[in-house]
Amino acid sequence: MTIEKISQLINGNISGCTTNRDEYKVCFASDLMSDVLRIDTDNLILLTGLSNMQSIRTAEMADITCIILARNKKAAPEMVELAAENNITIIESAYSMFHIAGILFQNNIKPLF
Amino acid sequence: MKLEFAISGGDFSRAGIASSEVKKMLKKINVEPKIIKRVVVALYEAEVNVCAHAYKGNIFVEIDGTKIKIDIIDKGPGIENIDEAMKEGYSTASDAVREMGFGAGMGLSNMKKNADEMSLESKVDEGTKVTIINYLK
Repeated sequence: MTIEKISQLINGNISGCTTNRDEYKVCFASDLMSDVLRIDTDNLILLTGLSNMQSIRTAEMADITCIILARNKKAAPEMVELAAENNITIIESAYSMFHIAGILFQNNIKPLF
Repeated sequence: MKLEFAISGGDFSRAGIASSEVKKMLKKINVEPKIIKRVVVALYEAEVNVCAHAYKGNIFVEIDGTKIKIDIIDKGPGIENIDEAMKEGYSTASDAVREMGFGAGMGLSNMKKNADEMSLESKVDEGTKVTIINYLK
């Protein structure tokens, strides 16, 4: 699934890397970055309510290129800048993590385990 | 090749800068992406640990043709019980650290998982030294 399709499904707003053409099939939802850092799967969507520099840094280290910020959390300008530098797309959505996870699951995005 | 970075305890806005620089350097010298990820995940957890627990620290990176060796040395409260600290789920982190998405007691075990070799020395009220080694081939 493309970032445009994901954003459309969750009524999102795309920032950071807006030219991302990756196809995503798997999502992991967590506010705990150490759990995210344990994952070894390519083309993964990170769904989180943690909106700070560390969520972007975690994505950078874990080679994650798409972050969804749930619960109407907004990315600060320095987060957007760091994401763009590292080819990471941020999608902000007003929906809760549970709501977003449900929509993505219904649309055939798979869980990791 | 040698790199050195300073870390300030409590300064979460800068946590990850050293890991980011090391990642760029390893990419530049064409290290395999899976190895780069292991190195930077271990280093990033270490950076966050220094920010979370210590007063200040330094990172010393040495890259030769066969391996990358990283020493993370901090001045801080040290670790009272290293065996306990290595267990998943054991944490002495503050609420402020948890709000940053860390502090669930996974840091040291994540570092161990991603390093080919890891050693840890600590003195209470003095500080901690962590060494991680990853082989490049």
